[in-house]
Amino acid sequence: MSESALVPDVTSVYEPSLFGTYSKKIGMWLFLLSDSLTFGALLYAYSYGRISTPDWPTPFHSQSIVNATIMTAFLLTSSLTMVLAVRASVDGNQKLQRLFLLATMLCGVGFLILHAREWTNLIAEGLSLPAFPAAPGHKATGEFVDVAKTVPQFPATFFGLTGMHMLHVTLGVIYLGVIALRRKFIPILLVCWLAAWLGTPAYSPFHYGAHVLLLAAITISIILWLKPKLYDSSDVEVAGLYWHFVDLVWMFIFPLVYLMSAKIL
Amino acid sequence: MDATQLAIEERVAEQHRHHKRATFFWVWGALLVMTAIEVYLTYQNLEPKRMLTILMGLSIIKAALIIGFFMHLKYEVSLMKWLTMCSVILCLLLMTYFFFPDAYRIVKLGVQ
Repeated sequence: MSESALVPDVTSVYEPSLFGTYSKKIGMWLFLLSDSLTFGALLYAYSYGRISTPDWPTPFHSQSIVNATIMTAFLLTSSLTMVLAVRASVDGNQKLQRLFLLATMLCGVGFLILHAREWTNLIAEGLSLPAFPAAPGHKATGEFVDVAKTVPQFPATFFGLTGMHMLHVTLGVIYLGVIALRRKFIPILLVCWLAAWLGTPAYSPFHYGAHVLLLAAITISIILWLKPKLYDSSDVEVAGLYWHFVDLVWMFIFPLVYLMSAKIL
Repeated sequence: MDATQLAIEERVAEQHRHHKRATFFWVWGALLVMTAIEVYLTYQNLEPKRMLTILMGLSIIKAALIIGFFMHLKYEVSLMKWLTMCSVILCLLLMTYFFFPDAYRIVKLGVQ
């Protein structure tokens, strides 16, 4: 019997994919479709509040608009580096793939830092949620103290929507970190968690928000321990789909939340 | 992983190798230009309804570019394209149908 006869023709056993692509990618698309409805609902809730509330505030000064524009540029550039990382991975260029993934992560971190700065400034000006602890010995006297009292829908929908997006970007950076560095990323993530936890005051929402990084580090450790693997081009492409989706959502948040609520004098 | 999946992955990777890098740079440039237009319009203090229409129009074009080129949907098979896009658009239209008439009704009633 010839050797080829001993090897079963596995491809003929299965039907070809209905969607012309591999199952991991279809799974990610299905997740992104469901996630788009989550963001859709949040954006609709924000818009509903805006239409139905006559005194909807326009709190974003020129400085906030410039800040949000730089954040948008960071995300758009990160999408370019991500697509170049996918291209490098299909070309089999591991070094370039890692380099572009790290560049994407860097842009994502830049976005997060600017976003955190924006939140911190708004909270300092009095725009807050009841869930955010007040700074000890500090009575809010800023521009937005009245806004938080008279139009509570604004801080609720603003922090809800942008917070959800910030969480997605954070998880996206972690996801790319695992694809690029695998186990080596876990100590980096733990250092980031400690820095974020110890480096922020106890009343800041980022002080307890930093624990997302610890939870992610534990989850990644379990996943990589249970199923250690080398990530190939399909994994990079699927991670890229998630990252582009995060960028895509911001393309609606930026005009609807920031540009439509700008106070340009 | 089974051989079918591996074969499909290799075919998809082969498709990616045919895409020109320059296209991605053009798309990135177009996205940045559209963002700059949006910010410019903000500084022109346009009437809100007109501003919203233009901004949403630009956002939809930007979303289409990201989905089509960066997320590769332009190069997927027709069934994948139509099923994903039609289902999400239908759901968003249903949300629009439920949300906005009520929001406008509240405005019309003059509820403060």
